Amino acid sequence: MKIAMPVNDKSMEASISDTFGRTRYFLIYDTENKESIYVDNSAAASQSGAGIKAAQVVVDHKAEVLLTPQCGENAAKVLQPGNIKIYKTQYVAAVDNIEAFQKGELSLIEKIHGGFHGGFHGGQGRQ
Amino acid sequence: MVDKGGNKMKLAVLSGKGGTGKTLVSVNLAAVAGDAVYIDCDVEEPNGHLFFRPKGVCSKPVSVKIPVVDEKRCIGCRACVEFCKFNALAYIKDTLLVFEELCHSCGGCLLFCPEHALTEKERIIGEVQYGTSEKVTVITGRMNTGEASGIPIIKKLLADNDSVEGKLTFIDCPPGSACIVMESVKDADYCILVAEPTLFGVHNLNMVYELVKLFKKPYGVVLNKCLAEVNPAEVFCEEKGIKILGRIPFDAELGTINSNALIAARESTLHEKMFVSLLQTVLAEVRHEAVIDS
Repeated sequence: MKIAMPVNDKSMEASISDTFGRTRYFLIYDTENKESIYVDNSAAASQSGAGIKAAQVVVDHKAEVLLTPQCGENAAKVLQPGNIKIYKTQYVAAVDNIEAFQKGELSLIEKIHGGFHGGFHGGQGRQ
Repeated sequence: MVDKGGNKMKLAVLSGKGGTGKTLVSVNLAAVAGDAVYIDCDVEEPNGHLFFRPKGVCSKPVSVKIPVVDEKRCIGCRACVEFCKFNALAYIKDTLLVFEELCHSCGGCLLFCPEHALTEKERIIGEVQYGTSEKVTVITGRMNTGEASGIPIIKKLLADNDSVEGKLTFIDCPPGSACIVMESVKDADYCILVAEPTLFGVHNLNMVYELVKLFKKPYGVVLNKCLAEVNPAEVFCEEKGIKILGRIPFDAELGTINSNALIAARESTLHEKMFVSLLQTVLAEVRHEAVIDS
């Protein structure tokens, strides 16, 4: 089974990114062979729909589980038909969350936020 | 009466933030101009109609085109997904997903689809309302909640005005200096920048000042909420050599009239005189600019 996580760096000890759609990298961890790969998130600089494009990346890498601190509604609309289960992270480091997930300590995200549409800087320009 | 030698002109009223007095200035100028047109381009929260209370209102829907996929024809090549800069498309488990509210209706996905699996359908994003208040034609744009861009509504507001062609037009712009404001001022003959007497006001004034310079529009400033003390916005105008069109005092009576959604120029002779004088100054400037330009 493949587990995806938004991370700030390319290492197992990397901290989990605060955002899903605009994270710098995704860590994809394969529980079968215990190998991990790091994928650049091409959605990070998107004008809009970063969550959608990031979710597409996660689906394309055939992840079955996503560990993330939060997830927007558009991303969820892509992840759900992609049959990806979304769990809420509890720890800073990626490796600690993988361990917690495997022990069954993480819970499914129930609250999907409305999204930060237009980016973090209020892209629609209302001041 | 005001000499309307500058008729047929489109005057845009803008400011770097909300609450500086764009609506106060544009509504009152249109009211004293009489046989004029007022267009509310602040489609996210139009409020000019609250003052004008237009009669005989009729409305027309504004729609945009969005892609629809024929699943039988789609081969999953993702050419459309990769093309879309706004990430309005995703391809998940053999299905193309369309995120309608992110689509900017560019039509590019249709052109890129090698199988002609995409067609377009209309989606309503808001409306334009037409009415009259005394002799003023009041046109209001209104965007539906949750929509990404009001630009198609602004285009409709500023394009479909054959019936009011030849009249002096006041465009009440959205706040800020983003695309939606650029769309609102694009065809304006003159820009009126409204500024508050604070350092923050100077920052916001600078934003729209840079915008109108970029668009090579003639412009002038109306200083609103003026107090007896030094006005940083006035200092800014003097430093940059910007024409000051008028000064509106920080006045309790004006504030009260305005906060009751009444048009000051129609309520008191004093305020009527102030806005008539402002309109005369503006029109003289517009004519002056037109002479320079020709």
